[in-house]
Amino acid sequence: MTQLPIGTSFIHDPNTIYGLYIVAFALFIYGLSGLTGPKTAVRGNRIAAVGMVIAVVTTLLIPALDPDGEAIPGFGIGGIDWAVIVGAVIVGAPLGWASAKKVKMTAMPQMVALFNGVGGGTVALIAWIEFRRGTYVEHGLEVAIPSLFALIVGSVSFWGSNVAFAKLQELIDGKPRGVKGQQFVNLFLLLVAVGLSAYLAYDTSQGNQTSEWFVVGLLVVTGILGLFLVLPIGGADMPVVISLLNAFTGLSAAAMGVALDNTALIVAGMIVGASGTILTNQMAVAMNRTIPAIVAGGFGGDSAAASGAPGVEGVMRATSASDAAIQMAYANQVVIVPGYGLAVAQAQHTVRELAKELEKRGVEVKYAIHPVAGRMPGHMNVLLAEADVPYDQLKEMEEINGDFARTDVSLVIGANDVTNPAANTDKSSPIYGMPILNVNESKSTIVLKRGRGSGYAGIENPLFFDPKTSMLFGDAKSSVADIVKELQEL
Amino acid sequence: MSLALVTAAAEGGASTLIQNIGILVLAGFVGYAVISKVPNTLHTPLMSGTNAIHGIVVLGGMIVLAETIREESVFNYVLLFIAIVFGTINVVGGFVVTDRMLEMFKSKPTPSKQGEEKSS
Repeated sequence: MTQLPIGTSFIHDPNTIYGLYIVAFALFIYGLSGLTGPKTAVRGNRIAAVGMVIAVVTTLLIPALDPDGEAIPGFGIGGIDWAVIVGAVIVGAPLGWASAKKVKMTAMPQMVALFNGVGGGTVALIAWIEFRRGTYVEHGLEVAIPSLFALIVGSVSFWGSNVAFAKLQELIDGKPRGVKGQQFVNLFLLLVAVGLSAYLAYDTSQGNQTSEWFVVGLLVVTGILGLFLVLPIGGADMPVVISLLNAFTGLSAAAMGVALDNTALIVAGMIVGASGTILTNQMAVAMNRTIPAIVAGGFGGDSAAASGAPGVEGVMRATSASDAAIQMAYANQVVIVPGYGLAVAQAQHTVRELAKELEKRGVEVKYAIHPVAGRMPGHMNVLLAEADVPYDQLKEMEEINGDFARTDVSLVIGANDVTNPAANTDKSSPIYGMPILNVNESKSTIVLKRGRGSGYAGIENPLFFDPKTSMLFGDAKSSVADIVKELQEL
Repeated sequence: MSLALVTAAAEGGASTLIQNIGILVLAGFVGYAVISKVPNTLHTPLMSGTNAIHGIVVLGGMIVLAETIREESVFNYVLLFIAIVFGTINVVGGFVVTDRMLEMFKSKPTPSKQGEEKSS
C-alpha cells in the first residue's frame, strides 16, 4: 500500500476511536435522560440515534492490525468485506424501517418484542461464530466465558421474544399453558446449558477445538429454554416478560463487548441491562407481583385458584347502549377507564368520538389511566394520544382516585383487575394490595365487557355485582360505537 | 500474591478484562441513575428506546466480520450476514418505532386539522 495522506492516520488513532465512542456514550445517556419528559422525549430518542450512527461509523474506522500489532494503513476496518456490510444493511434497514412505520399502535408491544428478539439473535450468532473461528482456543477463558454467557442469554432472549410476539399477535394461543413441573424442566435445561458451557470453556482453554456439536447442542437447549420460559405466561403478563427479555439482550450485548474487548458494546449493553431490570421491576410492582412469580408461570397458578374469591354474591345487571347513552349525556363528569380490552378491540378512536359527543353536551370527560393499563405501562397513553385525546385529560391513578367520588358515571372499557375493589378490601384475594382505580366510589359505573367471565387472572370482580354498576356486554369497539350512535340521536 | 498485584497495577498492567469489568459496573450504575426518573407514561417508549440502543450489537458483527476471511469459511460469512441483518433491524426499527410513539405525545398545534382527520 502506498503512503497515505497524513489525515488518515489521525482517523486510525486508537485515541480518536475511543474518543468518538465516548461521544457516542454521552449521547446515549443524554438521550435517555431526555426520555424522562414528554417534551424532551422525541429529541432524546433522536440524540440517542445520532450516538448510534457515531458508534457505527467509528467502528468502521477501526484499523486492522498486522501480525506485529501495528495498524495497517487504509480506510476503514482492516480486511472488512464491505459487500457483506452494505448488503446486510440494504436488507436489514428497510425491513426494520418499514415494519416500524407500518405497525399499528396497538401492536406496538409485539413489535418491540420482535426487534428485541433479533438483537438477542445477533449476539447468539456472534458467540457461535467466535467459537467457529477458534477464538475461544486462541484467547482462553477471558473470551470463552463472556461469549458463552452471551450465547445463552442471547439465544433465550431470541426464542423467548419470538414466542412473546406470536402470543401477542395471536398466532398462538395467548393463554398460559404449561405442563406440571415446568419449572423443574426449565431448571434442568438451564443446568444442562451451564454444564455444556462449562465443558466448552474448560476444553477450549486446554487448547482443544471442541466438537461443534456441543455449541449446536447449547443453542438448541437454550432455544428450548427460551420457548418454555415464555410459553406458560399469559398474554397480560407479556409486557413484563418483554421488558425482562429486553434487559437480557442488553446484558448479553455487554458480555459480548467484554469478549470482543469493545467498550461501546459494554457501555451501551450494560445501560440497557440496568435500565431494563429497573423497568421490569417497576412493571411487576405495579401489577402486585414479583418477577420470579411471573417467570415461574401463570399468574398465581395453583395458589390463586385455591384461595380465589369464593363466589361473589349478587347478580350482574345488564344494560343497553341507549340507556348508557342517556345516563352519560346527563352527567356532569364522566371518567373513562380504558383497559386491556380497549387495546385488544382497538377502540381508542371510537372512544375519542364518544368523548367528543359528550363534550358537546357540556359533560366533563377525563381518562383514568392505571399504570399497567393496556399491554404495557404507558401503552394506553400512546393509544389515546394516537386518537388525539388531549394530554391534560389523561389522569394518572394517584391524580384521579380522589375524583371518583365526584364522578357521575365511570365508563370501564375492557378493564377488569385494575378496578377490582377486592384489592383494597379482601385479604384472601390474590391481588390484595395491588393499587387500583377506585371506580366503585363513583355514583354509577358502566362496564363494557366481552362476556361474563372473570379477568385474565381468573378473579371475580365484586365491582360487576355492585348495585350501582350496569354491564354492557359485547365487543368494546362496537359497544362504544353503539353508544355514540345513540348519543347522536338523542 | 497481593504484592504482585500491586506491582502490576503500578506498572499500569491491570488487564483489559479487569478494566472492561470496571467499565461494565460503572455503566450499570449510570443506567440505573438515568432510568429511575422516568414517569410511567413513558415506560413503553423507554423500553423501545433502550431496545434500539442494545442494537449496538451490530458493531460486534462488524468487528468479527473484519477479522474473518471469506475463504476461511463460507458458513461463517452466512452467519455473520444474518447477524448484521438482525442487528440492523434492531437498531433501525427500534429507533423509528420509538420515534413514532413519542411523536404522539407532542401537542398538536392545529386543532382544525384534527377535526378533518376524525371525520374521515
